Amino acid sequence: MFRRKRALTTVPVSAGRSKARLQGGFLRLRGYLPRPLLALGQRVLGALRDLAPVIAVVAFFQIVVLQQPFPNLADIVGGLICVVLGLALFIQGLESGLFPLGEAVAHAFARKGSATALLAFAFCLGFGTTLAEPALIAVAAEAATVAAEAGAIAADEAVRESYAFNLRIVVAASVSFALLLGVLRIIKGWPIHRLIIGGYAVVTALTLFAPDEIVGVAYDLGGVTTSTITVPLVTALGVGLATSIKGRDPMLDGFGLIAFACLMPMIFVLGYGMAVAQVGSL
Amino acid sequence: MGFIGSFAATVWATTLAVLPIVAILVLFQVAVLRRKLPNLRRIAVGFVYVLLGLTLFLIGLQDALFPLGETMARQLTATVGSSGPNAAAEAAVDWTDYVLVYAFAAAIGFATTVAEPSLIAVALKAQEVSAGKISAWGLRIAVAIGVAFGVALGCFRIVTGTPLPWYIVAAYLVVVAQTIGAARFRSIVPLAYDSGGVTTSTVTVPVVAALGLGLAASVPGRSPLFDGFGLIAFASVFPIMSVLAYAAAASWLGRRRASRSDTGA
Repeated sequence: MFRRKRALTTVPVSAGRSKARLQGGFLRLRGYLPRPLLALGQRVLGALRDLAPVIAVVAFFQIVVLQQPFPNLADIVGGLICVVLGLALFIQGLESGLFPLGEAVAHAFARKGSATALLAFAFCLGFGTTLAEPALIAVAAEAATVAAEAGAIAADEAVRESYAFNLRIVVAASVSFALLLGVLRIIKGWPIHRLIIGGYAVVTALTLFAPDEIVGVAYDLGGVTTSTITVPLVTALGVGLATSIKGRDPMLDGFGLIAFACLMPMIFVLGYGMAVAQVGSL
Repeated sequence: MGFIGSFAATVWATTLAVLPIVAILVLFQVAVLRRKLPNLRRIAVGFVYVLLGLTLFLIGLQDALFPLGETMARQLTATVGSSGPNAAAEAAVDWTDYVLVYAFAAAIGFATTVAEPSLIAVALKAQEVSAGKISAWGLRIAVAIGVAFGVALGCFRIVTGTPLPWYIVAAYLVVVAQTIGAARFRSIVPLAYDSGGVTTSTVTVPVVAALGLGLAASVPGRSPLFDGFGLIAFASVFPIMSVLAYAAAASWLGRRRASRSDTGA
């Protein structure tokens, strides 16, 4: 019932969601199993499919090329089961709770809200989705560990955690700013490539002045932020907005928010690295 | 502490991570849009699922995905160190010794990208909007080749220790040149820019990041802090290039076919 209602209200573009709808159709075919269990089973299959290429390539290199036993295989398998179950639960939770709400709110703002409210929403949306992004949590923690091992920050756990947390806050702020700019672009109809090229110029200029140890992390965090939570919600906002403003092409204007969300973290993290180097502490 | 303690700590950390987005959505729905929350129970259950799922995922990540990437980097480079006396190895690292690493990186990049669900959705949309001029399969292959080449080149950079900005800035210049030349297929440009961010999924990112860090730790003279990062940046920039190149090729072929049929008629 709920599912049918949602299918009418969602715009068909949002990346990754068509898979969910496909699975929903599959789900209705098999009415004889308890529904939540079956839905979760579908998610487990989906997570396994995401993981399959990684496992296949690793297995190929282990068996055919290296011909070595894999160390701690039992631990790895246990961990992979955690990853599959975790991803399945995570996606199921997002699809049943957060995504319908998020898309409804995003469309409501895109359709009628005042420009100020819309910009405020885009700003907050970017911040919230980025903080919850699993890959960012993982990479920020890894960056802190590497920095601690190399002696760039104190090897104390509290310092590491606050470094990782600061990185996430900086990236979240940058994605907020990116969405603000991206929504402004859609409203005003600015051409995307000039803004992106300008952004590249800023990244290049900042790289000249930023400390070397932050450059790699900064460049990586751009690609890391746009993932499981951010992409569907942000795409819903962009496409909803481009379809509701007259004279905007969803193809030309609806895409592009992700590109800003990819570029802006580089600028902000480079800036953060420079600020930290100036102050001399974290 | 033990497992229960670390589990509880991770649950707490994930609660802090997920709470902001829930609060923001609820606040905007109730306070700004002045609407009731639809299906409150469903949202609450979903929130619990998200918390549990994220916790399990992060634990599995530490136990499996990071070690997987690091172990592969170590094992693939182990053959290099044992092949001869290391007297000169410190001074000069021969990048050709690490061909296996590049092959592995390219294979991981290609395989994960071709199977990436959000890319499939975007590719189908592009096919639909371009009225079949861009095929979904062609686009997916283009992006996957971009990622594979990018990650392999990123590994080459780690092995040689050359500065990351040179590569990325050079890649930017190519993208800018391609964008300027893309007057005939302007509508693909935003899609191409987006495809860079879309391809790096939650499962791929940790494996690729760990591969880079493990590689930087294994190659003599490289440090994870200065050389280990950057692979994901490569995986984000190169698809833009390959999608723009694919669009240029598709548009050129289309024009040639059109002009042929004109002269034939």
